[in-house]
Amino acid sequence: MRLGVLFSGGKDSVYSAYVAKTMGYELSCLISVYSKNKESFMFHTPSIRKTKFQAKVMGLPLVIRETEGRKEDELKDLETAIKSAKEKYKIGGIVTGAIGSVYQASRVQKICDEAGLECFNPLWQKDGNAYLAELLDNKFEVILTGVFAYPLDNKWIFRKIDKKFIAEMDVLNKKYKIHPAGEGGEFETFVINCPLYSRSLKFCGGKIIKEGENAFRGEIKLK
Amino acid sequence: MILIISLCKEKLHDLEFVKPIEKVVSSLGEKCSVKNYIEVAKTDLEKADKVLLSGTSLMDFDYFNHMDKFSWLKDCEKPVLGICAGMEIIVHEFGGKIEGDGKKVKDKVEIGANSVNFEKDFLGISKGKHKVYSLHQLGVRKVGKNFEVYAKSNKGIQAIKHRSKGIYGVLFHPEVYNHEVIENFVKIN
Repeated sequence: MRLGVLFSGGKDSVYSAYVAKTMGYELSCLISVYSKNKESFMFHTPSIRKTKFQAKVMGLPLVIRETEGRKEDELKDLETAIKSAKEKYKIGGIVTGAIGSVYQASRVQKICDEAGLECFNPLWQKDGNAYLAELLDNKFEVILTGVFAYPLDNKWIFRKIDKKFIAEMDVLNKKYKIHPAGEGGEFETFVINCPLYSRSLKFCGGKIIKEGENAFRGEIKLK
Repeated sequence: MILIISLCKEKLHDLEFVKPIEKVVSSLGEKCSVKNYIEVAKTDLEKADKVLLSGTSLMDFDYFNHMDKFSWLKDCEKPVLGICAGMEIIVHEFGGKIEGDGKKVKDKVEIGANSVNFEKDFLGISKGKHKVYSLHQLGVRKVGKNFEVYAKSNKGIQAIKHRSKGIYGVLFHPEVYNHEVIENFVKIN
């Protein structure tokens, strides 16, 4: 079955695409929704506009849809993007990186249902710690591009997910209920390299922007 | 040992509809084995202490084309819990009626967080209103005479139990919300 990947460029969407591919499914396109609203319920990811770099090294076409990011309108924009991907790339289903958000997952399910597409959520209900370890086992290089929960601060921006990160997250999970995989929106990520890429993206630092008391966003520079 | 029978046509859907069930069962220290319904052999059923039937995706009705694979249910004396599509199969095998017979029924579709009213206690869920996670396109029109309805949403029947056997069905997904349903099923003596 040909699949379109709902793609933010973070670990969850890239890893779900990887899982689908390793299980024999054909990845036909990536679908990114660029939201102008930083508080977007569905699509606020700091590095969303960098997905074109990832699409290039994945050798996949990227379907982009801009949205103002108003609560229900952004779902209409997602629906338009999914329907246009279905028409253009003849996909039979959508893959998402949803882990536990019923809000996000059920909205994508409804859109796929209306569009007559299968909806795949291969990371659904996955254990956070085990998932992070799986990313490392599968040679995913992931950095943080946003933090949005105390006690995470600007020092966490651009940090790589490695064994030390996993150990520290485990402590923060026990003490502050931070979800180890950031499923509660505690942090956002960007995949620099993984087995789906023909070559690694070159991360050349970036700017850290304070967005609130416990909110920092990293604007990455890539080569 | 708990046998989890996958009703998914697509292998990739096992990660969404079977793995989370396996996770809840394993968290109790119980061993489980997973088989797709097409491959289940008599020996798999004999080896199992209990059987769980998974759900599957909104568009997957392939199991309706293979109902012969579930004929063992009628004579099964072991506890069985059917989730979503699994409950539909139980209803069908025991003389009940599914709305639509394998085709989407628009006014029965429930997707997302949903409120269900339990008329009596059910596998760890107490009488009253509870939040569940729903993902289905079909509904149950009626259950067979040996079954009792335990819960309903505003769109129809949501939880059932055989009157004399340990055979249960839920139309919602307890592997997402309401893990206690699976946990209490696993703990049945």
